Amino acid sequence: MAQTAAAFKVDYFQFLKPDGKLVEDQQVPALAKDFDRLTELYKLMVLTRSFDKKAVALQRTGKLGTYASSLGHEAAHVSIGAAMKEEDCFAPMYREYGAQFYRGVKMSEVLLYWGGDERGSDFSGPEHDFAWCVPIATQCLHAAGAAMAFKLKKEERVAVTVVGDGGSSKGDFLEAINAGSAWKLPLVLVIVNNQWAISVPRKKQNTAATLAQKGIAGGLPSIQVDGNDLIACLWAMDKAINAARRGKGAFVIEMLTYRLSDHTTADDARRYRPSDEVDEAWDKEPLSRLKTYLVEQGAWNEEQEEELLGECKQWVQQAADEYLEMIENDPQPVTAMFDYMFKELPHDLIEQRSYAQDYAEDGGQH
Amino acid sequence: MAAITLIDGITMALARAMEEDPAVVMFGEDVGVNGGVFRATAGLYDKFGEERVIDTPLAEVMIAGMSVGMAAQHMKPVAEAQFCGFTMPMIDHIMCHAGRLRNRTRGRMSCPMVLRFPSGGGIHAPEHHSESPEALFAHMPGVRVVIPSSPSRAYGLMLAAIRDPDPVIVMEPKRIYRWQKEEVADDGEELPMDVCYTLRDGNDITLVTWGSMVKETQEAADQLEEQGLSVEVIDVATVSPLDMETIIESVERTGRCVIVQEAPKHCGVASEIAAGLADAGIWHLHAPVKRVCGYDVVMPLYRNEMKYMPSARRIVDAAKEILEVS
Repeated sequence: MAQTAAAFKVDYFQFLKPDGKLVEDQQVPALAKDFDRLTELYKLMVLTRSFDKKAVALQRTGKLGTYASSLGHEAAHVSIGAAMKEEDCFAPMYREYGAQFYRGVKMSEVLLYWGGDERGSDFSGPEHDFAWCVPIATQCLHAAGAAMAFKLKKEERVAVTVVGDGGSSKGDFLEAINAGSAWKLPLVLVIVNNQWAISVPRKKQNTAATLAQKGIAGGLPSIQVDGNDLIACLWAMDKAINAARRGKGAFVIEMLTYRLSDHTTADDARRYRPSDEVDEAWDKEPLSRLKTYLVEQGAWNEEQEEELLGECKQWVQQAADEYLEMIENDPQPVTAMFDYMFKELPHDLIEQRSYAQDYAEDGGQH
Repeated sequence: MAAITLIDGITMALARAMEEDPAVVMFGEDVGVNGGVFRATAGLYDKFGEERVIDTPLAEVMIAGMSVGMAAQHMKPVAEAQFCGFTMPMIDHIMCHAGRLRNRTRGRMSCPMVLRFPSGGGIHAPEHHSESPEALFAHMPGVRVVIPSSPSRAYGLMLAAIRDPDPVIVMEPKRIYRWQKEEVADDGEELPMDVCYTLRDGNDITLVTWGSMVKETQEAADQLEEQGLSVEVIDVATVSPLDMETIIESVERTGRCVIVQEAPKHCGVASEIAAGLADAGIWHLHAPVKRVCGYDVVMPLYRNEMKYMPSARRIVDAAKEILEVS
């Protein structure tokens, strides 16, 4: 008879149900009654969704390049930004706008990035935050490296990164878990599991019951939460970040959500995803349940909602105008592609820069 | 001042850099307690402790990726890949992040990391321990590639690489780690990157090379000089960016050039130098440019590895071939 060498379980947390009611069979964290904080974050979730709608519209009308939508991920993303301190370091993938807006990144800067202008990544958020990371999961190791830097410099700062369910299959994610464990790094790895890696559903990615357990395999405390429940997401993020800041080491949180949009505007999910699955997911989306809860608690009302929607529309339009103004009337010159390759340009690039400039000045024909 | 080897020069530079800048950390497999499999980091663990000479789990992607992360947060990681063949998983982070962090953030972030590793063949090592992947790295925008080939250049260029505000790949020619001794002062003086080093002056022919091939090239130059020829030998030292000016200036005088490269011939750094000569030096050439290179094959296991590599004889023959052209 074999003895048990190790056993594990993955705890799942949901506090706010899809119908907007709190769960009854377990203790709910105090933040469920912190209506100032929840209302503030609800507003940001609504703004993020308004922004998303505008960005897709800009792409559809030829004014923006390929764009990765955050539709349905608002609770997960906003909770990440809200739990972090300014001095913490965020290493996003590429659709966590809700987290970035909380940290001061402007909507116009996100549009600049997807609009093909590098200036978007020189954003107004904390200067130590990483920019968008397209290669998938590589950001996990940049966050681990940042966490290592904070640990070595004895700074009470935490690095937070996000990876998708798809990215959790990559070695970079697993190596980051291993690093977090080996050096007890102040690192929070968030898996925003939206069930789809472009066209490959979660079930086809592997047979593990949860993705959080990959963290346990590497020796990290790991939990799963309802990623459409802002209260659960925020509670988990607070807990993980506080532990990391106190020197307790790294933490894995799997947030279960659903990608209500196409993967990007270049994708058409109808080719591979049944519409009834998407309809069901809409019943569990994060905004309406939080609104129902706040209204029932007397912390929000329809009048405020109307006002907020009007404001969001205005802010988003203003961001779009800023973006369009910049790319149309203040485009980067051809030399901009050279100027930040190195702190000081090496001789070969000085030569190429000058050559490119000559061509650009010749009537703009390259 | 003691006479030291190339690898001693590296160790001396690493220690110096760690002394002068607390942000400098060693990061790699077996670099700590063991002092590195070639002893490049010997003594550093005892001197600077485990927080600055960091033994990592066996994970090359992690070493490269975390180095990018540390460098972006104002550390100066000197990452070691244990052997050239094991740098392949690191390429994602070098190509997609280290080389573009500054550019894509318009200078908001930078990546002052060094990736150093022993490179090239000729030490009877197992498979994947003997490659010369400089052309792979040299093709990456935003990354410098430096290959020192003497004790003094190992010291001076390593210091320059670590102090540089941008990512630098330092490939260490392991076959000549302990070939020559030279007196090198531990004076903290760096040597310039981005320039070639002329190892001997001559007027009849220019031999251009880098890394371990400096040994065979110098031997070939000795043989040619014994036959009454005046040979110029140039060590490229930084293969990206390439200092074509020094090479072209030499060829303006000699009119003849042989480029010697241990790596496979196709799309190598030698090809880039030959193209540079075809472009800017062609009116000074009296004869075709010859490339003496490794073959376009998998690096053979050690019984055949010296037959793969350019020998002094192959270099002399190529030189004679173009010296006969009038």
